[in-house]
Amino acid sequence: MLLSDKDRIFTNLYGVHDWTLKGALSRGDWDGTKAILAQGHDWIIDQVKASGLRGRGGAGFSTGLKWSFMPKTVGERPHYLVVNADEGEPGTCKDRDMMRNDPHKLLEGCLIAGFAMRAHAAYIYIRGEFYREAERLEAAIAQAEEAGLLGDNACGSGWPFRVYVHRGAGAYICGEETALIQSLEGKKGQPRLKPPFPAGVGLYGCPTTVNNVESIAVVPAILRRGASWFAGIGRENNTGTKVFCISGHVNTPCNVEEAMSIPLRTLIEKHAGGVRGGWDNLMAVIPGGASVPLIPKHVCDDVLMDFDALKEVKSGLGTAAVMVMDKSTDVVKAIARLSAFYMHESCGQCTPCREGAGWMSRVMNRMVRGDAEIEEIDILEEVTRQIEGHTICALGDAAAWPIQGLIRHFRPELERRIQARKGVAPTPAAAE
Amino acid sequence: MPKLTIDGIEVEADAGMTIMQAADMVGIEIPRFCYHERLSIAGNCRMCLVEVKPGPPKPAAACALPISEGMQVWTQSDLAKKARKGVMEFLLINHPLDCPICDQGGECDLQDQAMAFGSDRSRYIEHKRAVPEKYLGPLVKTSMNRCIHCTRCVRFITEVAGIPELGMIGRGEDSEITSYVEKALTSELSGNIVDLCPVGALTSAPYAFHARPWELRKVQSIDALDAVGSAIRVDVRGNAVMRVLPRLNEDVNEEWLADKSRHAIDGLRYQRLDRPYVRENGTLRPASWEEALRAVAGRLLATDADKVAAIAGDMADAEAMVLLKDLMGVIGSPHLDCRQDGAALDPTDRAGYLFNPTIPGIEDADALLIVGSDPRWEAPILNARIRKRYLMGKFPIGVLGPRTDLTYKVQDLGNDPKTLETLAGGKHDFAKVLEAAQRPLILVGMGALARPDGAAVMGWVRRIAERVGAISEDWNGLGVLHTAAARVGGLDLGFVPGEGGRDTNAILEGAEKGDIQVVYLLGADEIDTALLGEAFVIYQGHHGDAGANRADVILPGAAYTEKDASYVNTEGRLQRTWLGVHPPGEAREDWRIIRALSGAMGKPLSQNTLEAVRARLAEVSPTFAPDNEGAVVPAPATTGFARFSGRLEATPFATPIKNYYMTDPISRASRTMAECTAVYINAAGTGDSKRTGTDG
Repeated sequence: MLLSDKDRIFTNLYGVHDWTLKGALSRGDWDGTKAILAQGHDWIIDQVKASGLRGRGGAGFSTGLKWSFMPKTVGERPHYLVVNADEGEPGTCKDRDMMRNDPHKLLEGCLIAGFAMRAHAAYIYIRGEFYREAERLEAAIAQAEEAGLLGDNACGSGWPFRVYVHRGAGAYICGEETALIQSLEGKKGQPRLKPPFPAGVGLYGCPTTVNNVESIAVVPAILRRGASWFAGIGRENNTGTKVFCISGHVNTPCNVEEAMSIPLRTLIEKHAGGVRGGWDNLMAVIPGGASVPLIPKHVCDDVLMDFDALKEVKSGLGTAAVMVMDKSTDVVKAIARLSAFYMHESCGQCTPCREGAGWMSRVMNRMVRGDAEIEEIDILEEVTRQIEGHTICALGDAAAWPIQGLIRHFRPELERRIQARKGVAPTPAAAE
Repeated sequence: MPKLTIDGIEVEADAGMTIMQAADMVGIEIPRFCYHERLSIAGNCRMCLVEVKPGPPKPAAACALPISEGMQVWTQSDLAKKARKGVMEFLLINHPLDCPICDQGGECDLQDQAMAFGSDRSRYIEHKRAVPEKYLGPLVKTSMNRCIHCTRCVRFITEVAGIPELGMIGRGEDSEITSYVEKALTSELSGNIVDLCPVGALTSAPYAFHARPWELRKVQSIDALDAVGSAIRVDVRGNAVMRVLPRLNEDVNEEWLADKSRHAIDGLRYQRLDRPYVRENGTLRPASWEEALRAVAGRLLATDADKVAAIAGDMADAEAMVLLKDLMGVIGSPHLDCRQDGAALDPTDRAGYLFNPTIPGIEDADALLIVGSDPRWEAPILNARIRKRYLMGKFPIGVLGPRTDLTYKVQDLGNDPKTLETLAGGKHDFAKVLEAAQRPLILVGMGALARPDGAAVMGWVRRIAERVGAISEDWNGLGVLHTAAARVGGLDLGFVPGEGGRDTNAILEGAEKGDIQVVYLLGADEIDTALLGEAFVIYQGHHGDAGANRADVILPGAAYTEKDASYVNTEGRLQRTWLGVHPPGEAREDWRIIRALSGAMGKPLSQNTLEAVRARLAEVSPTFAPDNEGAVVPAPATTGFARFSGRLEATPFATPIKNYYMTDPISRASRTMAECTAVYINAAGTGDSKRTGTDG
């Protein structure tokens, strides 16, 4: 049940073909866009709802439903579409390839999505490090405007629509939708309180929808090929295709578009050349980017790669960035590194995350060396629970989950290190 | 109105209210640090987490979540309690355990809430965070290790004070509250962030390590350093004023206090007149009360009534002024004035010298014209109210005067008094703005009235007011902004020239020529004492300032913290101070001195008690009726401006305040204010005061 080539959306994911408008047209982009727009705002939203598309940025909220929260009429305040291209989740590199090699898919998606939510402008907030990708997007926008696909009369539909690219300045938190809006407004990137949600009060106080690059880029294909086609791929409630980013201890790390709900083992073995040293050499996998808890090998054996299946095993699909760790991995150190990342990237606004991320990171660094007491494992677990769900945005959860996953599945390893250190080196030693 | 239950109690509250507000309404206390009802909602401390249904299975911030119909809230459930305990633990892990040496100790929100919601021990065994101190000027002392990042100070300075000079830089646990460039805060309201800080990160620099809150006796009083009359609490230890804090008064200062009112109080300890003095052979020598009073009485009795004059100063209380007025009546002299700046205020037209719209009324106005005033320095609290109104939106403000950086956006109308004529003619585009407004407000400052053409300015202002409809049945938009606490009271009780009497300028002119031979200065220090010529000068007051320096006899009086006294603020609001400490040495309450003097003259006034003096006040002016305390005594609007005449001069308006930090004998004696002058006035424009924040 691998995805057949005819069902692929991102046909130039690897950049072997021409990325420009000419190449995009030859791959079928911008085909019949005017007719799609002619079906009306609500039809588009209904189709996207019917396709079962769930947000590709990590949370997996229904994209069509999100769009439907936008006001049905434009009042005094204009509507905005904001594309979240601040791809900062460790292990994730899908949006980058899409923008680099298939920018027109995103632009066409912007037009259709923006039209559906009655917006005349889309802002693509792109990660600052993606310098070349931003250049390509700018070039692609210029090509599309020149061809009349974007502009005052986009695709001849009579709907004025423009796309702007804004480069971020390098903060992970600016990938959180409200922090992104703050940053886009020129303010310090810190998440806003919700409610009010962006669909009511967003960019410059106007109704705004923030979507991931992939969520927007797949929309034209869904509308051209039909919601039922997209809904027919994968499992119920977990439909469509998904670009997976496979990295770590595999033989051929890659980005690959696959059907949702593909077994993890199949994904790794078919596309990434298998785990280094064979499947039995696998220790654990982080299935959805740094924020989700890891799953140990025995779970990996038969888990499906989709939102619901991974949730059942107390992890998550996240951005579908699969990080594979074989048995040579110091799994505690790996998670400690992630904790250091979250400590560094916490915005500092709200208490649990600001104070807790540093606390967790420091304890994790000691856990790596076994320089702790057994009881501290429970304290650490409790600290993660004190952060989870108590913060303004999801970064607190993201900082807590990897540690929870580690304690859930590798507690014996943590205890072993502590005991080993007590037995072998009873006096406190200097840090490594 | 949505109905919800909080801890099982049914609450009906306005739509749009938050859970916190609804809970406050029914007396359920939800702990908080970042939430403050006068600031925007930040929701960052997470202390107010409560359990809410319906909603996701996690606690919600009560300060930020709007109520909805059928909502169920639990503030004491296990989920809520656990969340709060967790947040408290996080707040404390990096908070130093230095309560014994922290000035906030005893009045610290973190201390109190840690007692109520915290654990008795810490599970955190890592090193605590260290944060460098910041330099925020001479009034605010920092101890940033203690900061819990609630951002109340940032929000106050940005929103209320209107000076975006504070912010949080850095990320995560490295984030710090700072002024970015280690520059002193340039707000006249900066002291309020000390009150707002829920921990000891920001404390009062002049008060540092001086007292503990439980040692202090708290006296409710009124500020007398400007004409706003902010409600204050005087904290006293022994016979010393240790600090002054704002007291809640929604109608005047809300809960803010200007920096001078808060920090000039160390001036109450320096340069005090603590015993009578008599000038002998050109130098002042200490004398007994008896001797001093005899000298004054003798001189008054020996001088023709027509050659005696009295001037009341900016902080004179109504009790002293009414007795001095009566004494002048007994002597038979009509030469008395309480307008030592010579402002053209008509004492017979009360509505012509009050801030008629009232301070809370500013929020009802929908357009504002400022004439010859710098409210930011003349009345920072009133200026904050203007800014509050400005932030509500749709409030055009035009400024015809010396200063336009008033913490809100204004239309600069230049500073040519003749513009008043264009405005009154309706040609000016801002005149159209005022005409379009329903409740226009015209604020006139002393910079416009205390000048030779002041009467003409007032005439033109009133023409404008009448033309644009600022004076109607239910709205009087003419607002005179005074700078002296004593002024309105003095005008109300008629401390003004009698029939054929001289006003301040004429008294000084007469003294210079020798027509006036005795001048009684009741705390009047802002006149040009060089003009007093050969006159015999009696100075009654509390500080050795300009007046005492020139005096022939000094009668030591009491400052506003040392007497029960009545003041009427710029709105016409009668308020009273309470004796917090006793006047130093042999100094006495001012009305008693005048009563004693009348006795020494053999013409005793009949008032022997404070009650009798106040009864006399009420007799002289209805403003002082006992029932009026705390309330604005409104004046019926008057029209007609024929009596105001004269030509406008071309000289630009100038504010009477040259240095906000030194406007009166108390603040001139204050070392704190001297330091502020060095930092804000003398170093202004030259970068900084060469302080880096690391030199202590």
